[in-house]
Amino acid sequence: MLDAEFFRRWMTATAAAVDREAERLTELDSPIGDADHGSNLRRGFTAVAAALEKDPPDTPGAVLTLAGRQLISTVGGASGPLYGTLLRRTGKELGEAAEVSEAQFADALRAGVDAVAKLGGAVPGDKTMVDALEPAVAELATSFRAAAEAAARGAEATVPLIARKGRASYLGERSAGHQDPGATSTALLFAALAEAAGDGAEG
Amino acid sequence: MKMLINVAETVVADALRGMAAAHPELTVDVENRVIVRRDAPVDDKVGLVSGGGSGHEPLHGGFVGRGMLSAACPGEVFTSPVPDQMVRAAAAVDSGKGVLFIVKNYTGDVMNFDMAAELAEDEGIQVAKVLVDDDVAVTDSLYTAGRRGTGATLFVEKIAGAAAEEGMPLERVEALARQVNENSRSFGVALSACSTPAKGSPTFDLPAGQLELGIGIHGEPGRERRPMMTAGEIAEFAVDAILDDMRPRNPVLLLVNGMGATPLLELYGFHAEVTRVLAARDVAVARVLVGNYVTSLDMAGASLTLCQIDEELLRLWDAPVRTPALRWGM
Repeated sequence: MLDAEFFRRWMTATAAAVDREAERLTELDSPIGDADHGSNLRRGFTAVAAALEKDPPDTPGAVLTLAGRQLISTVGGASGPLYGTLLRRTGKELGEAAEVSEAQFADALRAGVDAVAKLGGAVPGDKTMVDALEPAVAELATSFRAAAEAAARGAEATVPLIARKGRASYLGERSAGHQDPGATSTALLFAALAEAAGDGAEG
Repeated sequence: MKMLINVAETVVADALRGMAAAHPELTVDVENRVIVRRDAPVDDKVGLVSGGGSGHEPLHGGFVGRGMLSAACPGEVFTSPVPDQMVRAAAAVDSGKGVLFIVKNYTGDVMNFDMAAELAEDEGIQVAKVLVDDDVAVTDSLYTAGRRGTGATLFVEKIAGAAAEEGMPLERVEALARQVNENSRSFGVALSACSTPAKGSPTFDLPAGQLELGIGIHGEPGRERRPMMTAGEIAEFAVDAILDDMRPRNPVLLLVNGMGATPLLELYGFHAEVTRVLAARDVAVARVLVGNYVTSLDMAGASLTLCQIDEELLRLWDAPVRTPALRWGM
């Protein structure tokens, strides 16, 4: 069973990973975006970690809804609403239980991913975070480690794709040959999940 | 790249402190990042709220004031502001007659303004939204996020602002804003990439002797790269890109907009060429604006925006305006 402490560890580990990788995310965002994905997510997850430390919620659902709200209020751009919606929706699905099973978490995350797809209108293959989210959530029932590996593979697989959503889509064919920064940060989120579970530290 | 800043992390807040010091007619909330007309809410007047990433100055904060925006929400550089800012702005300017959100068509701006509209309506504020998408360089709307909002934003904010100032109801102000957008087309070129404060170096690599055609305003490269062209050749290319998409029957408003690092000397020379090409294509120009209005940090280059107008739109364009960046008639 997974408790609030587990989900706090997940968010803290994500904040650390985003902080560590912020410059790489911004580098990836330069040729096909506007060179700020790392700094924007760092601002958001720093706020998440601070909010969770200041007033730690005592249920898994409350941890994720608080994290989602923080991201929506601090990140801006497209990644704020998208990551914010992912966590908030997942948190709402978890309800008020003090502990949730891994199967319940997988179902909740499925609902969160669907909410992201609906908000952004992206489908797999559009060169967005969905390309890492979909394979990750599909592997979640296997293990957190498998989900993290699937997300990383999904992010790498965005390299040859032509972007159809977001700012990179304006480049048309010139967007091919670059790894999508959003899919890359999604891979960090799942690597942190595996890390929080003690399921392999590095993604 | 050398920049006249303290540190990258505080560029937006520092600029807002400067806005506050320079413009006592505005209320600048540096912490919450909202710029509001000091006399807001104005009785019996629709509120106009816009916003977007910073780095496009004077858009949008420079267009807050009488006859134009009621409030603006600046985000981080090239990053949409967050819903909290927009809700705060809406609450500050709503007189009970409703608020119009003017949103440039970028994925992030659209999502954040949509969330803000829902939250504001929960607080009992009537909200309408108009999307600005005038950039003809985005040709494939099926496989992209759609046309970008660029220079037409200025036309929408000015004309909707004049309509609101006259006391028109929300539905009418929204309809006029939509009409201006539908009648506007833009095309931009870059001679150099811009550098964001966070990155400190150019966002893309543009070799000497080449230019980008069909650029946006966020340091993203364009659709096509060519060997450098003369001002006359660029004018022909840009005008024709617009006229291929919209052939005006009425006179137009013309914005010849600098991207941030192109000197006015060059911009006026470019405008002379644009005027020549428009005359040769039988397009009548009713009003002209030449200058840096919708910029992309330190990018060199220019964009053209044409808006086809009728008598009412021209009257609203000519109506008095008093903002930091646009003022006439008062």
